[in-house]
Amino acid sequence: MLEGIMIGLEAAFSIQNLLLVVAGCLIGTFIGMLPGLGPMSIIAIMIPVAITLGDPAAALILLAGVYYGAVFGGSTSSILLNAPGIAGTVATSFDGYPMARKGQAGKALTIAAVSSFAGGMIGVILMMIFAPALSSVALLFHSAEYFALMVVGLSAIAAFAGTGQVSKALMMTILGLILATVGEGALFNMPRFTLGLMDLQSGISFITLAMAMFALPEALFLVLNPARGSTDDGGSQKITGLRFSRSEGRAMVPVIGRQSIQGFFIGVLPGAGATLASFLGYAVERNIAKGEDQAEFGHGSVKGLAAPETANNAACTGSFVPLLTLGIPGSGTTAILLGALIALNVTPGPRLMTDTPEIFWAVIISMFIGNVVLLILNLPLIPYIAKILSIPRNYLIPFILFFTLMGAYIGQNNATELLMLVGLGVMASIFRFADYPLAPLLIGFILGRMLEDNFARSMQLYRGADFILERPMTLGLLVLALLLILLPSYRARRARKRAEGVADGD
Amino acid sequence: MALDRWIALIFIVFCCSYGYLAFFTMDQDVPPFMQSNPVWPSTFPKMLAVLGILVGLVVLLGLEKPGDDKEPSATEINYRRLHEYKLGQALALLGLMVAYALLLRPAGFLMATTLFLVAGSTVLGERKFHVMIPVALIAAGFVWYLVQQVLGIFLRPFPFFLGN
Repeated sequence: MLEGIMIGLEAAFSIQNLLLVVAGCLIGTFIGMLPGLGPMSIIAIMIPVAITLGDPAAALILLAGVYYGAVFGGSTSSILLNAPGIAGTVATSFDGYPMARKGQAGKALTIAAVSSFAGGMIGVILMMIFAPALSSVALLFHSAEYFALMVVGLSAIAAFAGTGQVSKALMMTILGLILATVGEGALFNMPRFTLGLMDLQSGISFITLAMAMFALPEALFLVLNPARGSTDDGGSQKITGLRFSRSEGRAMVPVIGRQSIQGFFIGVLPGAGATLASFLGYAVERNIAKGEDQAEFGHGSVKGLAAPETANNAACTGSFVPLLTLGIPGSGTTAILLGALIALNVTPGPRLMTDTPEIFWAVIISMFIGNVVLLILNLPLIPYIAKILSIPRNYLIPFILFFTLMGAYIGQNNATELLMLVGLGVMASIFRFADYPLAPLLIGFILGRMLEDNFARSMQLYRGADFILERPMTLGLLVLALLLILLPSYRARRARKRAEGVADGD
Repeated sequence: MALDRWIALIFIVFCCSYGYLAFFTMDQDVPPFMQSNPVWPSTFPKMLAVLGILVGLVVLLGLEKPGDDKEPSATEINYRRLHEYKLGQALALLGLMVAYALLLRPAGFLMATTLFLVAGSTVLGERKFHVMIPVALIAAGFVWYLVQQVLGIFLRPFPFFLGN
């Protein structure tokens, strides 16, 4: 492990990569602050740039920096405007915004930055401990287990997608898998479902799909409903007094300790991610707090701000664990990162650590650097960066749309791709209107090829579907996937039954 | 019928046509040496089509009850309030994007982009052209420089009749 850390240090501390971390963090913060543009959209826009870098380690470092920056930027707009850029920072606004209203915006931002920093740092340390262990277990897996593991991942993502209806999320997953079968697969050397169109020969580009699923609908919704992400008082608010007191610092320490560990493990689970971690972190801390402390939650409590901030950053780090060790993304964001890696000819998985340790460790080390950059570079710059919140939307929205178009165009160098982007974007907007979650679609699309490859390989190895019964681990994982899908509706039904029973006097 | 169930219905129709392609049109093309394989190119799509139809039916028939109904917030997007939204602006912007896609090659990057940015902000109600046009020009030039010179991806800057 020490050797790996040294390799990582060497790679991450090259001038180019250091610059990339700084640039990534700044760009991420900058765009993440805009209400409505979440990390997924930002990363999707940045992918073409990352891919042209050519070096997978550099690309991943840049994108991880953007990711961190975006989450940090999201907290900034939560605190200053009560307009969370992303779901993961909604809990931040519970106490951050009241604090800013009291004229303590600077202090709130510092508390957020310090707890994010601590959460991220502890998360990376936990990752350094757990990722190698998980990798060595994963090396024992065969294609049958991979197939089953991906099914588990997809089911978990559908089960926790958070719209209350697993079937809708599953429908989106299957649509993603279906879209992935379009084009010429590696396995069969024959084009499928191209409908005779040349442009579909190489399949649908995942950058186009990612843009269409996230960036485009968000921009359209900003147009449709100007109340969404209104920036009434944000730009003019003065940010002064970045310091917090010693007693406040002392109150934060135990919160940070608890929430970074809890957040990390929630982040590791597929489908859960930063949003759940931050809400759960907030709820747990409110329940633990006593008396006056508890009464302060929601009115500008230091603990109430530190908890979700620590948890969501730790969870962001945690979500890298399944990506880097198993090659299975647990969230929409890591799915996009996986897509970028595949485009760079890197297949994340247990072999990543042994075959290309420089990528694995450079990413981990750059996470450390990213956290430091956010704390010492971004925090003092926040008053200036916050000016972006006062850019009129008449200018902003055309630019967001233009960058979406550019992202799709650069990826494919093909104008037809732009038409596809618009078409898919309209489809995605309609899905959003009807409360269908879109992350499962994208994750299904990105995992689709790998899922089919592993399925086909195990079928060939066992001359049929016997592998499901002959390999106990595969069977166990598939049963787990089934449970994940069925459990929520079973529990809902039981709760309803119980409620009815009470009404009947049963 | 609510929008989500209409979508489920469309999805089922889509899966049926996808399934039709998988079940009835793909297997003739399988070369003889692959026919003894346990997996064909159509195997996985067939499974997906069947699964898709089943899940689509669950949504369409409302077999799974939605979770606790939350009151949608003012900033959350909701299609039932579509008439209150600025639908015209959104559609106009989508139209502009299509126009951009079609114009990009013939009109060249600089012109298409400047037009797109200016027209986009005009649609949104901006009238300060003396600000918008220079901003759009500078942005177009800057992005062109970045893409062409830094990233090394070819983008035709000028209209086709001006050569490269």
